[in-house]
Amino acid sequence: MNIHEYQAKECFRAAGIPVPPGEIATTPDEAEAIATRFGGMVVVKAQVHSGGRGKAGGVKLAKNAVEAREHAARILGMDIKGLTVEKVLVTPAEDIATEAYVGVLVDRKSQAATFMVSAEGGVDIEEVAATNPEAIRKLTVDPRYGILPHQAHWLANYLYDDPGLIKQATKIMMQLYRAFVDSGASMAEINPLITTPSGEVKAIDAKMSIDDSELFRRPGIEAMRDISSEPAAETRAREAGLSFVKLDGDVGCCVNGAGLAMATMDLVKYYGGEPANFLDIGGSSNPDKVVAALEIITSDPNVKVILFNIFGGITRCDDVANGIVEATRRIDIEPPIVIRLTGTNEEEALAILADAGFSAYTSMDDVVETAVKMAKA
Amino acid sequence: MAIFIDNDTKLVVQGITGRDGSFHTRQMMEYGTQVVAGVTPGKGGQSFEGSDGKSVPIFNTMDEAVATTGANTSVIYVPPAFAADAIMEAADSGVGFVVAITEGIPVLDMARAHAFARDRGVRVLGPNCPGLISPGKSKVGILPAQIVAEGPVGLVSRSGTLTYEAVFQLTNVGIGQTTCVGIGGDPLIGTNFVDCLEAFEADADTKAIVMIGEIGGTDEQEAAAFVKANLSKPVVGFIAGQTAPPGRRMGHAGAIISGSAGTAEEKMKAFKDNGIAVATRPVDIVGLIQEALG
Repeated sequence: MNIHEYQAKECFRAAGIPVPPGEIATTPDEAEAIATRFGGMVVVKAQVHSGGRGKAGGVKLAKNAVEAREHAARILGMDIKGLTVEKVLVTPAEDIATEAYVGVLVDRKSQAATFMVSAEGGVDIEEVAATNPEAIRKLTVDPRYGILPHQAHWLANYLYDDPGLIKQATKIMMQLYRAFVDSGASMAEINPLITTPSGEVKAIDAKMSIDDSELFRRPGIEAMRDISSEPAAETRAREAGLSFVKLDGDVGCCVNGAGLAMATMDLVKYYGGEPANFLDIGGSSNPDKVVAALEIITSDPNVKVILFNIFGGITRCDDVANGIVEATRRIDIEPPIVIRLTGTNEEEALAILADAGFSAYTSMDDVVETAVKMAKA
Repeated sequence: MAIFIDNDTKLVVQGITGRDGSFHTRQMMEYGTQVVAGVTPGKGGQSFEGSDGKSVPIFNTMDEAVATTGANTSVIYVPPAFAADAIMEAADSGVGFVVAITEGIPVLDMARAHAFARDRGVRVLGPNCPGLISPGKSKVGILPAQIVAEGPVGLVSRSGTLTYEAVFQLTNVGIGQTTCVGIGGDPLIGTNFVDCLEAFEADADTKAIVMIGEIGGTDEQEAAAFVKANLSKPVVGFIAGQTAPPGRRMGHAGAIISGSAGTAEEKMKAFKDNGIAVATRPVDIVGLIQEALG
């Protein structure tokens, strides 16, 4: 789960990281009032789950409160990479002497949290890693001990020469690791970490992604979820316990298992079609889940055909067949449904479907080819 | 022969009295797996009744279970909040192999659990995996037994149902398996492709290998380089997620393309460049394996 900059800053503040104050505005009036309180000179920043906010015109410096109002009026409602801006963060403008990058993420290879720091701040760190890897210092944190003071110092020492700045940055490294762990993050980033002409080190931007598996034990973080930032169908899917990702094609896919679901989408493409979605109904055969899946798929007006691909292992095919029949009784479904079921209790499933007027395939290729043809007809 | 589990596997089930644990314990017992103990804190002294009249003693701790029964392998059906600690308890108990089925364990918990197990020289499979099966010998986890057969192919995969699909198609044309291993869909997993390839290379009965990967991470690329450098046996590969958009998690926590890294295209290229026959569709795995077996 992604959280907004202002929410990530709350987590940072809670860990003691120096972050300039800031308040959220949802109207130009509010933005003006906040800017007045901060003395006029502020930055107005779009709060959306997307990078490249600056390039899109979603981050603007205002010299006074009236200008803050004007910027807010332009940014609120703006579309950034398909997301509508509903909130802006209004924060005092800072004098910047230098900008650095500090990030920590879970690295698959070392199986541990890994820090990356670079004296080149305010840039895309992936790009720096690709083009100029020697400009980054990396540290793997042993999960048994957490980051140690001398390691934090080693990172800070890479960014600054001045002992005062190194001391502040060392503390910030330790605090960032604390924020990362306490929030259940998979990634936390300060970009840029600035120094001011008067010798202070501050985080003026913040980005954090939370490990979805942590949310059950972090209600405070779960409460930060912004459902306006995700498509309604994905919210519905999450609430129904389904994995769903919307795509742009017209073949609606309903599959059990993530790997098989991806392979099914790929096969749709192979036969010349375009998948409308990724959807994994999981191992459960609960008819309610099948109903929810069909509701979500049919809420997409692009869908011309619905393709079921079920491999019954632990999941019983007859349970899924019952779910499909039940779902078609409960809701009106316009697009045709084609079904492939094989594995555990396949015979019973085919009988249930036949009684309800459905036929089913046993080969994955046959059903996908048929679905693509129907979508094109 | 087989890899990781065989007739000598003596299994302890952690979370044996839970809904999933009890269901799959019966399935494993029916398949012939030697289930020698169960662990559920607070239920020590009770016993678990299998479907064929056999009963399994339940212990409060892994330490007692292993000391009393001589179990050498553990399987975990414990809920996510407690699963990482269950893995560490297993790693401390004297078993050499821990299979973690649980999905949704916090990643930072797993970072600690993997480090803990590594320190003790204990192999972990998973988490968020279907387990493994050595046809005719033993099954640990949730793989459906009816789709496998004994034979010469070793199979390793990050996916569950896609594994079943591939195994089923092989079995249907009369090609059986030595061992089928699901390594799991999480970002931090214990046993990886390379570990399985190394074991299959050393297993005399395995004549050809199927490797099923998906988007996210770089394990497949490293496995491809390992194949070229170290394997004498033919390998057939498949990658799921050619149509997956970047930056979106596709069901599995680990199935996400970050930036330009971890795409299906990149992985398929690494396979081809290192002499692995790449199946475009799951059904093509069968033909390529038939060719490889000659």
